[in-house]
This record gives sequence, structure tokens and C-alpha cells, in this order.
Amino acid sequence: LVPSASPTSPESAPHRVRSPRPHHHERERERETDGRRPVAASHGGRRRPLQAQIRRGPTSHEVLMFEALREAMIEEMTLDPTVCMIGEDVGDYGGSYKVSKGLSEMFGDLRVLDTPIAENSFTGMGIGAAMKGLRPVVEGMNMGFLLLAYNQISNNCGMLPYTSGGQFKIPIVIRGPGGVGRQLGAEHSQRLESYFQSIPGIQMVACSTPYNAKGLLKAAIRSDNPVVLFEHVLLYNLKEKIPDEEYICCLEEAEMVRPGSQLTILTYSRMRYHVMQAVKTLVNKGYDPEVIDIRSLKPFDLHTIGNSIKKTHRVLIVEECMRTGGIGASLRSAIIDNFWDELDARPVCLSSQDVPTPYAATLEDATVVQPAQIVAAVEEICQS
Amino acid sequence: MAAAMLLRRLPAARPPLMAATRLISDSTAPLTIETSMPFTAHIVDPPSRDVATTPAELVAFFHDMSLMRRMEIAADSLYKAKLIRGFCHLYDGQEAVCAGMEAAITRKDSIITAYRDHCIFLSRGGDLVTAFAELMGRQVGCSRGKGGSMHFYKKDANFYGGHGIVGAQVPLGCGLAFAQKYRKEDTVSFSLYGDGAANQGQLFEALNISALWKLPAILVCENNHYGMGTAEWRAAKSPSYYKRGDYVPGLKVDGMDVLAVKQACKFAKEHAIANGPIVLEMDTYRYHGHSMSDPGSTYRTRDEISGVRQERDPIERVRKLLLAHDLATPAELKDMEKEIRKEVDAAIAKAKESPMPDASELFTNVYVKGFGVE
Repeated sequence: LVPSASPTSPESAPHRVRSPRPHHHERERERETDGRRPVAASHGGRRRPLQAQIRRGPTSHEVLMFEALREAMIEEMTLDPTVCMIGEDVGDYGGSYKVSKGLSEMFGDLRVLDTPIAENSFTGMGIGAAMKGLRPVVEGMNMGFLLLAYNQISNNCGMLPYTSGGQFKIPIVIRGPGGVGRQLGAEHSQRLESYFQSIPGIQMVACSTPYNAKGLLKAAIRSDNPVVLFEHVLLYNLKEKIPDEEYICCLEEAEMVRPGSQLTILTYSRMRYHVMQAVKTLVNKGYDPEVIDIRSLKPFDLHTIGNSIKKTHRVLIVEECMRTGGIGASLRSAIIDNFWDELDARPVCLSSQDVPTPYAATLEDATVVQPAQIVAAVEEICQS
Repeated sequence: MAAAMLLRRLPAARPPLMAATRLISDSTAPLTIETSMPFTAHIVDPPSRDVATTPAELVAFFHDMSLMRRMEIAADSLYKAKLIRGFCHLYDGQEAVCAGMEAAITRKDSIITAYRDHCIFLSRGGDLVTAFAELMGRQVGCSRGKGGSMHFYKKDANFYGGHGIVGAQVPLGCGLAFAQKYRKEDTVSFSLYGDGAANQGQLFEALNISALWKLPAILVCENNHYGMGTAEWRAAKSPSYYKRGDYVPGLKVDGMDVLAVKQACKFAKEHAIANGPIVLEMDTYRYHGHSMSDPGSTYRTRDEISGVRQERDPIERVRKLLLAHDLATPAELKDMEKEIRKEVDAAIAKAKESPMPDASELFTNVYVKGFGVE
């Protein structure tokens, strides 16, 4: 069912917290980010055992999501001289979403590399550099542009460890924003998690908060496997307090957002916020949903998901991915295969529509799942 | 002492030979030989036609290229016997390119190519048993039987494969060059591709980036004049592949002349370390079809193939040199070829006996450190 070791740090993997987990009281916060999974702190290779709780207060600082990603880049590039960054306008311009602002001045233009508009080749070059022992972070200015590099990502990045019989590893991170924005047009509003999920050999994670963005990017850089990190165009200005102390998040673990007892809502990326908005309404109506941000899109954290389903017996998946062949489709399949006996109702999946994202605001809103639909779906599942 | 009678006149004084020792030259005395034709250059001054070599090196060329030739011919038979399946792209005719390249560089330099990779694996130090085992999908193959003909790699010799989708290896190769520059290694990367793949856009993208970042990348077009069934003039508006770097210098080389290849690669390495990328076009030829599925005679005449074999064969060229310079007798070279044949046959026999991969290998190496899928 569940992988026994994390590839991010197998020798001293953060010890997996076994469910059932103690319930945390809700705190007065801007967003529901409670029940955060404890992670191991590491200091330049010397690893310490798991902390029971993340400290808050004077040892934390407030960041926006893009700043959290930048902190991750700075920390990892400082720790490891083989980490470099490749992408369009990441250097002098500071990154189109400011993730790499200032990095070029800090690390020089051999480590923060501005490329021409040539995704196919610069992704391939990143993979070649990874074959030779560097740890590049390739930024797609938009995930949609990385379709041009699909051959490199699928055939070279994903397959080389296998076809070489284990001689090569590709410790590359491919990251960039995707998802539906504010009327950016069809080609700049793609939801491509589904396109990459079948590639054997890669891992996929989606960040949703400044905290997990920093932690996941750090973990992805340290991983010896190729990792695709999906960010979202609309989440870069999210604000949150994150620890001053160094931390990483486990790539394969899901995040408990709101413990509950009545049904399990599985979500990721921006839809997490639509879900939590719906949860406000649902709680007022007397429902008690459990919300899990799955974070790891490949592989799924079936351990956390399974424990939740065993408790609630009902599941709703809310995603922004395409309906056909999407993450939700695979997840629903996995749930049916693994937890059929636990289910009291059919697993429901709310995905975005199988259309190119329209420009008009009303149509664009109708493309993705809205909180009202989530409320309706929960009500229907709980009544069945 | 009949052997003493067989002593030949050599530039350097040599002790008399015993009857039991090899008579074939292993001298490392310098020898200068002219290339078959001058180099054609694009926005760079070409190197000299006079190539510095030694008798020992020429003998080694003969031996290594004959070994490669024999391996490829044997692979042909194995394929027809259905011991090798799938796609099998043979290199016979093109041996001079990898043999000459290897003589000009070190194992610290990197080589990457597409699927016509068996001989480059050998020239990078791979052994016959490992090669045949991989072709037959056995566990002891260089990729544990999981790659096949198109996926030979040898990491410890900086041989990066072995790629099925042509053209994609060139950005990888420029990435290798980037890593070499990043680490200040003073080494170069050779990215090999064919006249067919030369039309891939990602080559020009990668060349542009390599020129901008001044990477020690050498792009080598092994122009055997056919992209499977399509002749070069039908695929490229400008089949002057050495010129297609445009702002990047290029050199056209007789790819059937191992010494010319050596000279060009030596020149290219010095250039790339000092100035950034350069393109080499190796004018070469493959006797087999594109792969074992292609007879190779529907788009070219048998006269053309036999004509090249008679006039430009790389191994025959070296044989003539060895004989002309009195570095070996015909009988010695024949004996060497016989030994090579035995060596290849023995390797095939050994590879045939080796086991198929274990069923558990289906799931290994998908991820590093055996995560999850197992």
C-alpha cells in the first residue's frame, strides 16, 4: 500500500506519524492550516530526531508564498554548491513571479541562469547536468510551456535511471505555476498535473501554503529522484508565518488541514481554499468534514488517506485538474482498489471542466470547482 | 633465427626479435601521416592535414575497428537468429568516427549519442560480454537488460548513452558541457547525432545556449547521408551540416579516415575549452540499413554501398597504411582478425549462457533508492 521509506532522506526519514492523530483545537487564523504534520529538522547533514510540534511566536516570520520559495532556494543553494537554477528571466529580472529575486546577485550567473525561450533544450540541458551530478532547479515560467519539454521530461528525466540499469540518477526539480488564474486565457491557464502523472520515474507534488511550499521545494531539491513541483498562479501572494528554524516537508506525505469525522475531502493546491471556504458553510450547517491536502500527487499518500476513509467512510475529491484522466480519476481508482470495504457511499470527484479555459470571467469561474458546488456535493454524499 | 630475417627497417633502432614474439609493430615512435583530404572549415582556420600518430596507435586503430566491425556483423547474425529483438542499429562503416575520437580525448571527456551506440560503448571501455548480454536482454548487460540496443551507458567512462528519441541527446550533451564548465573541469562533451536528427529544432536551441554561455560543447554530426530512408538532400535544404551552426564554427571531416577524425576532435577539444561550441561534420557511411528492419537497399543502390566499401572503408584504409609503412605483414593482420573473431564468438557464447533478469528487476531503478514502487 504505502512506501516504507521516504526517498528524500532514507537514512533518517522523518518518522511517519501514525493515525489516529490527536485532534488539534482550531486556532483563530486567517486560513485553516492546523494539524500540521511534524517534520524533522536538519542542519547541513546532521539530522535530529522528529520534533513533536512546530514552535511559533518569536521564532517565526511572516512571508508571502513566493518569498517562501525564494527562501528555500537561497537555503539550498547556500548549503549545496551543486544546486543551480535554470529558467527564463530567473536571473536579472528576478523571476516572473519574483521567486528568484536577488538570487543572481547572491550566487552569480553561473548558478542562476537566464535562458532563451527554449524549454525543450534547457530542460534537456538541466537533465544532462543532473546526469553529471549537478542538482538543477528548472523553472517553467508557466507549467503550460513545459509541454514543449515533454519529451525531455518523460523520456530522459523519467526513464534514464531505468534504462541505464541504475547508473544514472536525475536529481532535478522542475517547478512552475499552473492552474486557472484571472482571465489569463486558455494557453496560460492549463491544469497539467494529469499530463505528467503517468510518467514512470518522476514524483509530483503540489504546494498550497507558504509553509509547505518552502518545505516541499527544499525536499525536492534534496531528493535524488526527479520531482515536478506544481505551484499555482493565484497563490503566490498568500501570507503566512513560517518557522525561522530550518525545516523540510516530506514529499510523499499528505497534510491534515482540518480533522473531522463525517466525510473525507481530498484536495490540493488552490482548491484547498475553495474547500475551506465551503467548510465554513458546512460547519454552520452542522457537518464535520475532514479535509486533507494530498500534496503528493505521485505517489499518493494512501496511508493518511486510508486512515481517514476508515474513519469517515465517505470521500469527496476536489481538484482543479482536468476531469479526464486527471489526478482525481487516478485517486478515485486507488481508493476503490484499496478501501472499497470502508466506503459507505460512492467516491465523488469534482474536477474542472474538460475545456480550454475561457477568457470571459463568468465562464472562467464555471470552469473550476466553486465552493457552492462543494457544499452541494458534501450534502449529497452525507445524505446518501 | 628466421625471425631476424623478418626484421624490417624501422625509423628507430630495435632489438632483434625472437621467433615467438609478435612481429607486428608496437613502436611509439612518432609518425606523421597526411589525411585523405583537407578539412573544410566554417568561420575557423582548419587544422593541418598532417596528423601525428605512432605505429602502435595505427595498429590499435586496426584492432579496435576490426573488433567493432566484427561485433556488429555478429549482432546481425544474432538478430536474424532472434536472439536480439526490437530495434538494432548497426555501426559498421562508421567505426573510424568513434575510434578516432577516442584517440583524441580522455575518459574524463564526455560522449553522448543516439541509438547507434554499440561501438562507442566499446571504444569507451565497455566489454563485449556486457554488450552482447545487453543486446540479448540479460542481467549482466550494461543496463541490466532493461535498456536494450538503444540504451547502452557507461557512467564510469563518461559515456552517457544511448537514446531512442533522436535529437534529444544534444541538449543533454550541452547540459553535460554545462556541468563541466560549472565544475571547472577543463573537459569537453561530444554530442553525436545523425544527418536526420540534425534538423531537430532543439539542436539549434541548445547550440544557441551553449554559444551564449560559452560551454565546452562539441556537436558532431555523423553524416551517413541517410535518415533511415530519406537521403540528406531530401531532408535538409542545406546539407552542409558543419555550417548550420551559423555563428558557431564548424569543420567538415572525412569520417572514414580515422586519423582525420582524430585530428579534428583534438582541434575541436582545444577550441571548445577556449572558445565555446564547435560543430564537426563527419562524412561517413553505414553499410547496413538504418536498422535490422531496413534492408538498406530501397533508397540507395548496391553499387553505391560496394563502391564506398571498396574505396573508403576505414579499416582497409588503416590496413593499407600499416602495410605501406611496413608496420605489419598481411598475415599478421589476418591473424589479428582471426583472434578478434574468436574473441567475439567467445563473448557471444558467454553472453548466451547468462541469465535473464530476475522478475523483481521490473520495479528496480524506477526511482532512486528503491522507493515505493517495489
